[in-house]
Amino acid sequence: MTKNLPAGRQQEANTHLVVLDKVNKHYGRLHVLQDIDLAVSRGEVVVLIGPSGSGKSTLCRTINRLETIDSGIIMIDGTPMPSEGRQLARLRAEVGMVFQGFNLFAHKTVLENVTIAPVKVLKQDRKAAEQRARELLDRVGIASQADKYPAQLSGGQQQRVAIARALAMDPKVILFDEPTSALDPEMVNEVLDVMTSLARDGMTMLVVTHEMGFARRAADRVVFMADGQIVEQNSPDAFFSHPRSERAKSFLDKILTH
Amino acid sequence: MDALIVERGTILAAFWMTLRLTVFSALGSLTLGTVLAGMRVSPLPVLRAAARAYVTLARNTPLTLILLFTSLGVGANLGVEFSDRVDTNNFWLAVVGLTAYTSAFVCEALRAGINTVPLGQTEAARAAGLSFVQTLRLIVLPQAFRAVIMPLGSILIALTKNTTIALVAGVAEASVRMREMIEVYGDQVIQIFLGFAAGFVVLCLPTGLFFGWLSRRLEVAR
Repeated sequence: MTKNLPAGRQQEANTHLVVLDKVNKHYGRLHVLQDIDLAVSRGEVVVLIGPSGSGKSTLCRTINRLETIDSGIIMIDGTPMPSEGRQLARLRAEVGMVFQGFNLFAHKTVLENVTIAPVKVLKQDRKAAEQRARELLDRVGIASQADKYPAQLSGGQQQRVAIARALAMDPKVILFDEPTSALDPEMVNEVLDVMTSLARDGMTMLVVTHEMGFARRAADRVVFMADGQIVEQNSPDAFFSHPRSERAKSFLDKILTH
Repeated sequence: MDALIVERGTILAAFWMTLRLTVFSALGSLTLGTVLAGMRVSPLPVLRAAARAYVTLARNTPLTLILLFTSLGVGANLGVEFSDRVDTNNFWLAVVGLTAYTSAFVCEALRAGINTVPLGQTEAARAAGLSFVQTLRLIVLPQAFRAVIMPLGSILIALTKNTTIALVAGVAEASVRMREMIEVYGDQVIQIFLGFAAGFVVLCLPTGLFFGWLSRRLEVAR
């Protein structure tokens, strides 16, 4: 069964890389995502912010179907996200993901972490994949750590490996699920710097974060979520200086007073 | 000591049989146990249920019954033959029975190992487009095996000793020869017993030491 988008949003699906239409999800009786509509265009950097439990991480994870949805449509580059099987794997390969907990493969070296998916999923030649991996590790500033294991690296270094691992698949979009929340404070910036440079290079990014500085600096658009709904969205400047909703005002008051 | 020295050829041949039973059953159980463990964590409920049912049945049935079933049921009644020679046929039927039994334990040990691999790594692998089988083979199982090397060693030691039950399937392994010798050399029962016990210690002790060493060597740092 192929579900179709409403006529008004079909146009959007053709021009936007990621489109969510009326996405709903429940955890038991908790309605964590309520009629979410969102469209991310090519090269756009969208930052998702909101209080804990607002559903922003869940939303991020539904986009490559690490979380299933109850209803609605999610489209990546004009293709609806399939529910399982080969097509799902193929579409996931086009969507990079960077996790809060890094999730590097503990038994593989840094270099192997970066090359495994290109070699096994995209069937790239191993030598070529390794060369590209070294370039990417150089780009995120950890070329010298290529032969170490994840446990031998600091959190900031591990997260940069995870970013290189995502980039190695040449994804159309990268999802960042609170990429700096598990880091010691002094390592946050090294990761944000890499992300900022990616944003500047035109990578399409959806970032769930509590780093308001990053949102101001790198985002094209800020999406504010609360209680499973998108409450408001705006350019970073407009959002941070003139939030329209009471919910956003009280959220910003709480986090920006210090 | 006379009996052990006089019959050393027979004894060595008997332990050689024990060793062969152990090695082939170990390889079989490792393979089947891995497949079962994969089924137990698969996204398909049918496969999960089938593996769970198998493990429950195999683990809760006495090995003697399983070996009698493979030798009389599968062999004699259903007519499954691996070879024209009776002893070769019995050997493989015993391997099938030992494998059927031991793989249930291998499966459960491996499943415990799978549970030590953080879920996030599976998510990262799936998010990169690796299939379920690729994720299992490349990411989860290599780490799961390393986490359960010690319990797998214990299972192998248990298997080595369990091969003695292959006597019910008509395989002349060490315990069969021991019983025969006790009948012939009635005055040396203690010596014969100690001799065979020493044989099993010689087989099992290095296994335990080797797996302990392997476990420390292959430990995955997290």
